[in-house]
Amino acid sequence: MPLKKHHIFTAILIFVLGHTLVAQTITVCKTCDIKTLQGGIDAAQANDTVYIEKGTYKEIDVLVNKPLTIIGKDYPVIDGEMKGEIITIVANNVTVDGLFIKNVGTSYTADYAAIRLKRVENFVIKNLVLEKLFFGIYVEKSKNGKVFHNKIIGDAEEEYNSGNGIQLWYSHNIQIEHNFIQRVRDGIYLEFSDDCIIKNNVSSHNVRYGLHFMFSNDDVYQDNLFEKNGAGVAVMFSKKIKMYNNIFRENWGTASYGLLLKEINDAEIMYNTFEQNTIGINTEGSNRIRYENNNFISNGWAVKVLGACYSNTFKGNNFLYNSFDMAYNSKVHDNEFDGNYWSNYTGYDLDKDGIGDVPYRPVKLFSYIVNRTPETIILLRSLFIDIIDFSEKVSPVFTPDNLLDNNPKIKRITW
Amino acid sequence: MFKILKYSFFDLMRSRWSYVYFAFYLLLGIVLLFLNNDLSKAVITLMNVIIILVPLIGTIFGVMYYYNSKEFTELLLAQPLKRSSIFLGQYLGVAISLSMSLILGLGIPFVFYGLFMSNAIWDFSLLLITGVFLTLIFTALAFNIALSNENKIKGFGYAILLWLFLAVIYDGLFLMSLLFFEDYPLDKLSLIGTVLNPVDLSRTLILLKLDISALLGYTGAIFKQFFGTNFGLIVSISMLSVWVVMPVLRIIFKSKKKDF
Amino acid sequence: MVSVENLHKKFGKNEVLTGLDLEISEGGIFAVLGPNGSGKTTLIKSILGMVIPDKGTISIHGKSIKKDSNYRKQIDYLPQIANFPSNLKVKELIKMIKDLRGNSTNEAELIEMFKLEPFIDKKLGQLSGGTKQKVNILLTFMFDSPLVILDEPTTGLDPIALIRLKNLIKAEKAKGKTLLITSHIMSFVEEISDEIVFLLEGKIYFKGTIPALKAQTSQPDLEHAIANILTENHV
Repeated sequence: MPLKKHHIFTAILIFVLGHTLVAQTITVCKTCDIKTLQGGIDAAQANDTVYIEKGTYKEIDVLVNKPLTIIGKDYPVIDGEMKGEIITIVANNVTVDGLFIKNVGTSYTADYAAIRLKRVENFVIKNLVLEKLFFGIYVEKSKNGKVFHNKIIGDAEEEYNSGNGIQLWYSHNIQIEHNFIQRVRDGIYLEFSDDCIIKNNVSSHNVRYGLHFMFSNDDVYQDNLFEKNGAGVAVMFSKKIKMYNNIFRENWGTASYGLLLKEINDAEIMYNTFEQNTIGINTEGSNRIRYENNNFISNGWAVKVLGACYSNTFKGNNFLYNSFDMAYNSKVHDNEFDGNYWSNYTGYDLDKDGIGDVPYRPVKLFSYIVNRTPETIILLRSLFIDIIDFSEKVSPVFTPDNLLDNNPKIKRITW
Repeated sequence: MFKILKYSFFDLMRSRWSYVYFAFYLLLGIVLLFLNNDLSKAVITLMNVIIILVPLIGTIFGVMYYYNSKEFTELLLAQPLKRSSIFLGQYLGVAISLSMSLILGLGIPFVFYGLFMSNAIWDFSLLLITGVFLTLIFTALAFNIALSNENKIKGFGYAILLWLFLAVIYDGLFLMSLLFFEDYPLDKLSLIGTVLNPVDLSRTLILLKLDISALLGYTGAIFKQFFGTNFGLIVSISMLSVWVVMPVLRIIFKSKKKDF
Repeated sequence: MVSVENLHKKFGKNEVLTGLDLEISEGGIFAVLGPNGSGKTTLIKSILGMVIPDKGTISIHGKSIKKDSNYRKQIDYLPQIANFPSNLKVKELIKMIKDLRGNSTNEAELIEMFKLEPFIDKKLGQLSGGTKQKVNILLTFMFDSPLVILDEPTTGLDPIALIRLKNLIKAEKAKGKTLLITSHIMSFVEEISDEIVFLLEGKIYFKGTIPALKAQTSQPDLEHAIANILTENHV
């Protein structure tokens, strides 16, 4: 008997150990024992994998409270029926993969999200498709996660009743890659979030910004495409943001920019392309920013400098066919322009060193006039305007007379 | 009318000035494209040239042709021909030969450069359409001036003044009035001001293509409607047509009353 | 043939024709004479429709010429100054006028008569004044219209060409045509014209044959007769 007892104990021990050490899989489907996502999660032990078979699951307030891998097979639909938040993750080490989540509830008091991550670490959110959402992926007070290869298609029309595609709040070290975001308020929004990498995303047709930084430092965004957003990309009150190799395109409208910089210090803006925006870069109160090797093509204003901006450098950029290369609203000037290519440059290069012999003045008088009386824009490219611009060029009265590129390149710069 | 048109056209096609005009555009096209190697920039430069130069050449050439062919006109007047056919024929002869010089002179270098494979083709076509419109308008205005002024010197003087006014002075006055009334809503005024001057009108047509990004930066609703939709294009083209039709009608009217 | 009634025309303040009446019967040569500014050219141009009268009617073959350009098919007109588009060749000009008016009857004959073959391929701008006038004459006479109007036809012609022109005019008259001619060369007028129409201050001062004019002024020749009219009227 003692022996038998011993055997049973061993069996129980093996059973329990096996259950915790070797992850189990749980399958949820309409004809299975477990018919709901929440049911699957409840049935699972930590570190299990929950498979969701194809089908429609009408659920809200699904709570993931243990480390799990949740995988949708052939994109099962999780339908929130516009009632509220759909999935909330409160445990570390959770992976969510391959779900089609739709109909997130809209509220003016609560920020319902398709997926919310709350104070967690090491999460992976991938291959999701989100439609009819309020907020999409909402990451709060979390660390070390990845959000990649998701498709977020909203139907937002107004700012006040729409949410953001991917939102980070007090979250650090998050990687956001290869996402495709459309028609939400802000495609990607970072608030108080540092050391994040945002890479290879496409964010377009959003009501407000394609990408929006607030009070976030040391972040990098690169190789993204931002197109036709209500107001472009905004980087505000942030430090040491690196912006590399992005494309900002066709952001048209009165308060629309390729890139809006406000109270930004020590940023690097390199190898980006700003094409056909009303304003390529609108910068306000931003200091020590390096603008290098960017292409500004066919924008209304390539760069508009407002307020006090000091010690910024513009080097080796291409300014091509912009209606205005530069607008300045003050006579104070402490920024450096050097060795850029300006397609509006009409000087010559007699010594053939590839650098124009006459400095280029990027600010035209007419840009002041338009600033004062916007309707005068209709006189753009008129001969009369060319004449007054020319006279201003010869003897600057309204524009800072030391605002010059002393080494304008003769040929377009390549890198 | 078509007979007169034919003869005026061939007469002009053989004149030295048509070749000079043609050669000028040819050279301009070649220099811009092959020395500059930048199609978009070439189109922008051409735009500036076309808007200023085409009206100037149209006016001068129109006035010159009218005065130079005065005796020939009298010969035609004694023939069993309607007056309106004689003058419209001559007018169209001048306008079409000028347009041909423009289209061929600019078109040939652009075609050789590989325009058809570039997406600048629409900008370029718009440029040529605008150039043709301006030629039609300013040649008609020139004929009007010449018909109303027997004195050659006076006629030339008025023609140059007209060009100077529409190409430069008008915009100066326009700008001043916009600045003067800046406290009032101005979008209607500015659009009306544009529509009343064919040079500004064609400039706007080209702005729609080249500077749409900047134009959409302005808040006015009418402005937005004008520049943000095809409305602007349609209005501009129809106003340009009105600008062709009005002086042509006056040519007919004036020529019926005139003594030779 | 041509009847003009109460024709008024002023250019600015200058009244050129003041109620002119004129009846020209079919057939014969009529010389329109008068001092400078008497309205000869204005009268001719009014008939041609080049000058629009302020008042009065002009009818040809009983039909008013207003609002119809086709009556000009019945008129051949030789303008005073022969100035053609200088880029056209003579040949092309002839072709063009033919194209505009219909076929000509006797152009080859006329080219032969005025010895124009060597110039036929030349541009009009390269021709001398006299040759241009010959081309001008050619263009006028190559159509067979019942009314021929010649404004100073003798300008720049050499004597041989002048004789040929006179013969041509006489031949046309023989065909029963009506010719209206203005000229300052009195001998030319005296030689060819059947009737004189003398204009003074915008009105017909005299209309009749040369002998009648001589008789009226009791002068032996036309030149003096004209001079007599002018001095009497303090012109």
